Amino acid sequence: MPDSEKVAGRADATAATDEFIKGLWRENPVFVQVLGMCPVLAVTNSAINALAMGLATTFVLVLSNTLVSALRHFIPRQVRIATFILIIATFVTVVDYLIQAISLDLHRALGAFISLIVVNCLILGRAEAFASKNTVSRSILDGLGMGAGFTFALLCLGGAREVLGNGSLFGFALFPASYQPWIVMILPSGGFFTLALWLLLFNHLKLRRQAEQGRVQEVTP
Amino acid sequence: MNNARQDKVNHPGSWPLYRALVGVGVVCGLLIVSVFVLTGPVIARNEAAALQRAVFQVLPGAIERASFTLGADQRFHGAKEGDATRDQVHAGYDADGRLVGVAIEAQGMGYQDVIRVLYGYAPDRQAIVGMHVLASKETPGLGDKIEKDPAFRANFEALDVTIAANGQSLQRPIEAVKSGAKTLPSQVDGITGATISSKAIASILRNSSARWVPLVYRLRAELEKTGGVDAGQ
Repeated sequence: MPDSEKVAGRADATAATDEFIKGLWRENPVFVQVLGMCPVLAVTNSAINALAMGLATTFVLVLSNTLVSALRHFIPRQVRIATFILIIATFVTVVDYLIQAISLDLHRALGAFISLIVVNCLILGRAEAFASKNTVSRSILDGLGMGAGFTFALLCLGGAREVLGNGSLFGFALFPASYQPWIVMILPSGGFFTLALWLLLFNHLKLRRQAEQGRVQEVTP
Repeated sequence: MNNARQDKVNHPGSWPLYRALVGVGVVCGLLIVSVFVLTGPVIARNEAAALQRAVFQVLPGAIERASFTLGADQRFHGAKEGDATRDQVHAGYDADGRLVGVAIEAQGMGYQDVIRVLYGYAPDRQAIVGMHVLASKETPGLGDKIEKDPAFRANFEALDVTIAANGQSLQRPIEAVKSGAKTLPSQVDGITGATISSKAIASILRNSSARWVPLVYRLRAELEKTGGVDAGQ
């Protein structure tokens, strides 16, 4: 990551904050890096599902980043992907059992997507690009930041889709009974519409910021 | 760059590879097994509680439950908690220990995927007295009305499944009709906008009741309080 090199020279406190903040905003995994689209589109039909999926992914991300970083001198380069996948799959299994123990209804709502956290490219991406090259503490911060950014993005989608598609937020009705919900928003196609609108907003903000800095560059898709 | 060190990184030999893969494998294996052992009893308790809630929901008045398995001899035997087979029914008892009815699981194809339901059959009233959707992936806002729509749910408060004179089949099989066209107590009023899903529920109940209702009615004495494993509160 070029950013990790850039911050290397700064004071530690700033670097630590930056490690966290970059995932939340500047390198947001969904809105900027556009990673892990499968759960982003599939489980965000309500705010509570989005929150649960975000937290589950954050849990796996932080723990796998920690273990990968702690073992980075012990794992030869040739078997790193196999080892990372093994570590990630372990924590996904752990989170799967934990969610079943916490609430069966939640487990039913998230369905197959918990197991599919294994193949969320965000997690393998952070293990490969960050945790395998950085210290444990910075990897934890990176995991927390990216996880928070992912949860924030899922909530943006899940909240908007639930309000429009079901007239409620976190299960509480927002509108009078006469409100006719836009059912399409909680169907799969609504996920694409909502994601497109959020990406539009984020790219607009990014372009405006670049214009203010006086160096508008071509946006890479 | 140290050449010897670089060479070691590029050609690590087999021992470090084994060590990494086996070492990580052992640690991960231990972790999964410990979490499984720790959460196993909690998950089993959650599942039993969810089943208990569903059984009491489809059998109004029941406060105790016992499960029975249909044996190869076509008789009911008390089921142990946790052994799940297709041929299992759950008897519900009221405060005086009398049989309120039997909760039966059934499934069938819906609009999107298989729908699993639990319904309550009361032999003394010869009627289905409750229906609960255990799992469905029906379209949100349309097909999922089978779980929420109060008018549709009212169909299953007293759905007639009287046994025919021969004791082997139902007088009138359950059938779905258009919304508002219900004239017989064995008909299910459909939902406008969820025709396929509501018909699917009716056909799931028709198929399942054709098999189970005469059987449970005939063997209802075996389901009274004396038999079965008490799995109450």
